[in-house]
Amino acid sequence: MKVITANRLTDGRVIYRTSDGQWSPHLAEAQPLENEAAENALAIAEGEFGIAVGPYLIDYTEGEPGGQKWRREGIRLAGPTAGTTRTLGAA
Amino acid sequence: MYRYDEFDARLVRERIAEFRDQVERRIDGRLTEDQFKPLRLMNGVYLQLHAYMLRVAIPYGALRAEQMRMLATISEKYDRGYGHFTTRQNIQYNWPSLVDIPDILEELAAVEMHAIQTSGNCIRNVTADPFAGAAADELEDSRPWAEIIRQWSTLHPEFTFLPRKFKIAINGAAEDRAGIRVHDIGLQIVENEAGARGFEVWVGGGQGRTPRLARLVKDFVEPRDLLSYLTAILRVYNQHGRRDNLYKARIKILVDALGVEAFAGEVEEEWSYIREGELRLPESEILRIRSFFSSPSITDVSPVPEAGPAAFRHWLKHNRRDHQTAGLSSVVISLKPIGGTPGDATAGQMQVVADLTERYGFDEVRVTPDQNLVLPHVRNEDLFAVWTALVDAKLATANAGLATDIVACPGLDYCNLANARSIPVSQAISSTLEAEGLSEAAGEVTIKISGCINACGHHHVAAIGVLGVDKRGEEFYQITLGGAFGADASIGEIVGKGLAAEDVPGAIARILKSYLAQRQGDERLIDTLRRLGSDAFKEAIYADLAA
Repeated sequence: MKVITANRLTDGRVIYRTSDGQWSPHLAEAQPLENEAAENALAIAEGEFGIAVGPYLIDYTEGEPGGQKWRREGIRLAGPTAGTTRTLGAA
Repeated sequence: MYRYDEFDARLVRERIAEFRDQVERRIDGRLTEDQFKPLRLMNGVYLQLHAYMLRVAIPYGALRAEQMRMLATISEKYDRGYGHFTTRQNIQYNWPSLVDIPDILEELAAVEMHAIQTSGNCIRNVTADPFAGAAADELEDSRPWAEIIRQWSTLHPEFTFLPRKFKIAINGAAEDRAGIRVHDIGLQIVENEAGARGFEVWVGGGQGRTPRLARLVKDFVEPRDLLSYLTAILRVYNQHGRRDNLYKARIKILVDALGVEAFAGEVEEEWSYIREGELRLPESEILRIRSFFSSPSITDVSPVPEAGPAAFRHWLKHNRRDHQTAGLSSVVISLKPIGGTPGDATAGQMQVVADLTERYGFDEVRVTPDQNLVLPHVRNEDLFAVWTALVDAKLATANAGLATDIVACPGLDYCNLANARSIPVSQAISSTLEAEGLSEAAGEVTIKISGCINACGHHHVAAIGVLGVDKRGEEFYQITLGGAFGADASIGEIVGKGLAAEDVPGAIARILKSYLAQRQGDERLIDTLRRLGSDAFKEAIYADLAA
């Protein structure tokens, strides 16, 4: 399965495409799609003007990012794994 | 320190107004992302993994106290309470909202700062010796020349769309602390046999996927001819540099392709047309710019303290540098706490540094290519007070130049281009080396980590380099040995296959133990590596892994 992800235009935060064609910051609200349906949905998302920048497909397995880019997409989902943000507990 | 004149101030204000309009048009849909992207990049705005990133220019790494204070304020008001100082002496904010960035730029402009030309295929921020105007080994202060180059290159209409980004470094001391051999153009201030000052010009250095050391193109350029000679180089590059292949577009590839003699010949020919023209620098203008950069003079000359707590003396040993003026010292403020994130400073820490800059630092603080800060001018009698304040701010790590003074790019925790994480690996290395006493024991050691082949962490020019790679979704780290950054610059060699992240700290600890066992006299690690070759350390890296 695949889901569509992008960055939000106003602040760059990670967002996911939902089943009603909206965008959510929560992967759990994303719409998982099979290959051809995913490609079609991506084409629609790419053609829209809206809040999403640079939409693309990611692999999605059992509620989490999957495939070879699982770590990159996992970091996009959960935030940096180390660094000042975490050590300081900043928002 | 240079102060904006009416032209600088107007230029920056006009640019902010222009960018505010561009952001508004992007938000309301009049600009597509494809149209907006080159515009935002020209203002230092990237889109990274989780957010926009704003890179703010710190010209030749030099800041006044009010500027450092503003960087702190911005991190608290618009970001997450910290900033990341980079290997090119800039600062990056990792979490600004696009809609806030015009306001951030307004705040920066209030203290004579901006983000212009911190990205894009243009001439970037000039890198300089962070100890310029202070170093005991200095021939001439490089800052006035860096400022002259900044003014010449800012929004230069002919060089705004180069084949690729373009980086210039300038050094005026015996030791090269600006990295002139790994920049597109490196300038070394020299004195000729007649005793006249001028510039050695090195061209075609760089890191990335095709690391090259710059080659000497001209052994002496007179100061008045500096801008015309730089223009000639840029024109040859602009005309012949490859625009058809992103990976072959840097000037180092052009110098390779033409050969250094043919390249220098092209430059000479172009220079012959423009040398006597309007780019010749009037002596009065050189003197005017120099007048902004006087170093402090003092009458109360105190020696460097020899007494005090052991931790203070330890800090002096590693973080104090000799100054060209008796009674003064330069101090390195390490942004490398053991197990911390290289180059990061919190808003509170930046405020403390601003206070120290104001109270004890003659209103000057610098950012180094090693991602540390420097107070270039501190009275020796004030060193203890400075150290005490740094201890309270958790900024007194006594490791400048040691193995735990690790350089690291943001890596896959932030960067859209990265293949692997850099920060957690650097933290693990730092903690391991400190726990085993190796940081202190090994003395001068450079360890630099990049999360991809773009080499923002400068791994090519570290005695121990670490390059993160991705192999089918797993992070691996290649070790390189024998690189160096300064006057004896060299590119490190890859040693064997990549390691898993958890094996890297142990491997580096074994390299240092092997070095300590094999070094002769007071050899530095780089000296031992050059004497024995990197293969002599291969067994140390891999022996325990095979067991």
